[in-house]
Amino acid sequence: MDFNDTAEETKFRAEARAWLEANAERLKPGDAAAVMSERGGSEVIVTAKQWQAKKADAGWACMTWPTEYGGRGASAIQAVIWHQEESRFRTPPNIFAIGQGMLGPTIMAHGTDEQKKRYLRPMLRGEEIWCQLFSEPSAGSDLGGLRTTAVRDGDDWVINGQKIWTTGAQYSQWGMILTRTDPTRPKHAGITYFIIDMKSPGIEIRPIKQINGGAVFNEVFFTDVRISDKNRVGAVGEGWRGAITTLMNERLSIGGGAGGPEFADLMRLARETDWNGRPALDDPAVRQRLARFYVRGKGLQYTGYRTLTALSRGAIPGPEGSIGKLVGAVLKQDMASFAMDVLGPAGAVTEPGIAPEEAAWQETYMGIPGLRIAGGTDEILRNIIAERILMLPPDVRLDKDVPFKDIPTGPRNA
Amino acid sequence: MNFDFSDDQKMLRTTAREFLEEHAPLSVCRAVLESDTPCSDTLWRGAAQLGWLGTAIPEEYGGAGLGHLELAVIAEEIGRALAPIPFSSSVYLATEAIVLDGTDAQKKQYLPRLSSGEAIGTFAHAERPGRQGPSSVSATLSAGRLSGTKMPVLDGDVAHFAVVTARTEHGLSLVLADLTGPGVKRRPLHSLDPSRSMAVLEFDNAPATVLGPEGRGWERAQALLDRAAVLMAFEQLGGAQRAFEITREYTMGRYAFGRPVASFQALKHRMADLYVEIELARSNAYYGAWALSNASPDLPTAACGCRITATDAFDLASREIVQMHGGVGFTWEYDCHLFYRRAKLLGTILGSADQWRERLIELLAATAPDTSHPAAQPYA
Repeated sequence: MDFNDTAEETKFRAEARAWLEANAERLKPGDAAAVMSERGGSEVIVTAKQWQAKKADAGWACMTWPTEYGGRGASAIQAVIWHQEESRFRTPPNIFAIGQGMLGPTIMAHGTDEQKKRYLRPMLRGEEIWCQLFSEPSAGSDLGGLRTTAVRDGDDWVINGQKIWTTGAQYSQWGMILTRTDPTRPKHAGITYFIIDMKSPGIEIRPIKQINGGAVFNEVFFTDVRISDKNRVGAVGEGWRGAITTLMNERLSIGGGAGGPEFADLMRLARETDWNGRPALDDPAVRQRLARFYVRGKGLQYTGYRTLTALSRGAIPGPEGSIGKLVGAVLKQDMASFAMDVLGPAGAVTEPGIAPEEAAWQETYMGIPGLRIAGGTDEILRNIIAERILMLPPDVRLDKDVPFKDIPTGPRNA
Repeated sequence: MNFDFSDDQKMLRTTAREFLEEHAPLSVCRAVLESDTPCSDTLWRGAAQLGWLGTAIPEEYGGAGLGHLELAVIAEEIGRALAPIPFSSSVYLATEAIVLDGTDAQKKQYLPRLSSGEAIGTFAHAERPGRQGPSSVSATLSAGRLSGTKMPVLDGDVAHFAVVTARTEHGLSLVLADLTGPGVKRRPLHSLDPSRSMAVLEFDNAPATVLGPEGRGWERAQALLDRAAVLMAFEQLGGAQRAFEITREYTMGRYAFGRPVASFQALKHRMADLYVEIELARSNAYYGAWALSNASPDLPTAACGCRITATDAFDLASREIVQMHGGVGFTWEYDCHLFYRRAKLLGTILGSADQWRERLIELLAATAPDTSHPAAQPYA
């Protein structure tokens, strides 16, 4: 048992760090909050694209992608090391993650040679941003219940319907969309996967205002939108296979790293906040809560070490990754809630000048509910753990062999 | 990055598991529970013959000269089997105390016999109900004679000697007392888990010698408890894992409403949660084992992490095994109560999880902020 890098890993880490030192600004303790507040705005897209191109030129983009697509062909552990090092520097938010982490691998697995040639390199360089058009108002966790249709018309397909929760649709060049092409077959058998130009006529994008006031995701409406059959990914009716590839990669790219303030910040808050003349940290109830947060956070961190060990020995990331998001998101939500309680009535104040950490706890508290839903709700993750890791029997699925057109979905009064 | 046991250590685990599956099925635990015998002598001899008792004892004192990672591996298997033997008292506490603080003469006197299983040791600290700390000790050592009462002492009725906390003219100290000689009265106590025995020990001018630096008894006791907490965490983890596996198997085979009860989300989600708690505890335990075997300055905080999460995980697993079995889970005939009993016994014997949480924050508050291990967030 040893936490240290191997000689090879040490060399790789040093190389990564040296490049970052020369090309980016190092974060100082307590900077996490400031970085969070930099999110949003069109200037972010410009700086993010510049940073991505710079990384790509130096060979630090899409680390695990094969070299033939411009990647580095790096191991999973090298990718983690790179991420660890990059996270110590002030860098723009990664608005390319959906493309690079989820859609790129799907194109590599199911796309045509022409598609790989056309799309992967600009995706890697951050020249073109991608979005994922999966969820619909009546098909969230039950993704296979989607109703957006694609109907064949000569060499084209004509798309009608609506998607929702589409992150970054407003600034994406391309989207990958799941459509229903045959409602007479059972639900997973009638789905086809396409690449779609987000600037096509007939696409309307409406931002959705979230509970935290932001609007990173959107509703997307399709009215007679035409796509060439050349943009089909995989065979007609085989779209679910591609969707699974995307979702498997999504689990890897969305994790417990919710960002924002951490345990050390909470400890500092408890030291510095006055409770009737004494530090909050002196209170036994506060101490019990803090200890629970600490051991849970450490448990997650060390579970990560175990995963790294497995990866470094060539294991393929499995459903165990679900633990990270399931535990990490709830833990962060609990910590943020507790931080606000420690502050007393001022806990509800969100003015950055007054609230500690520039109101990062409050921002975390309002943002976390989204993380507990995105990329699989807590409940779906529990199902994944139960069925895929513990091999418990799958849920009873009443719609399994029923033609899609006969399956009730969504609200009954819809 | 290598956060896993080595192939040799895994081999040791396999051997240990095979031995215990053959010689310590749960019926052995039950037999001790239902009888007046305090522990299984056969199993104890078996453990000694396999060299388990001397795993972390240096070879020069008759041990196997392996280390704490190997001991952790065995502890987990002992925990899986709910083995009714005084392993934790003798190995994690008494042996560790002598390895840690014994003079060469004391090591020569005790360690070979501990390693062979000829001698069983224990640790006697508590004197009365309540949270135990340095000020709860009133036993005294004066002119080489120990007086006072210790209660409860795990395995106090089978141990041959005890490491005892007592006051001397220099303050609180650790002392070594023979339990088979004059001046010692002992009485077995009825307890929640009769598969592990407990006793009250009365010392009346019993001969005893100082162990380690006199007057620094609490500091040394705490160092000892930290080590025991890590090893005990593996025992708790083993118990939790076994309870989890039995629960899983039962719910897969038990049908209701025409399907296995394991297919109902109400149970599946709880199984997923239980699995998560056990895995988090396992990760903390691994870190503790690493800290222990590398004499890391992080050992005290790591020990807290081990103790807290292992106690909570075994506690949850032991409640769920009863609950998820339904009515039969509450019967004497099914094995669920063996886990329910053992989890609570192990969860109290080194101090409650709450007590360790308090200690953890004390330690963290005493250190400068933000000195943690470089962050690794592979999920991010």
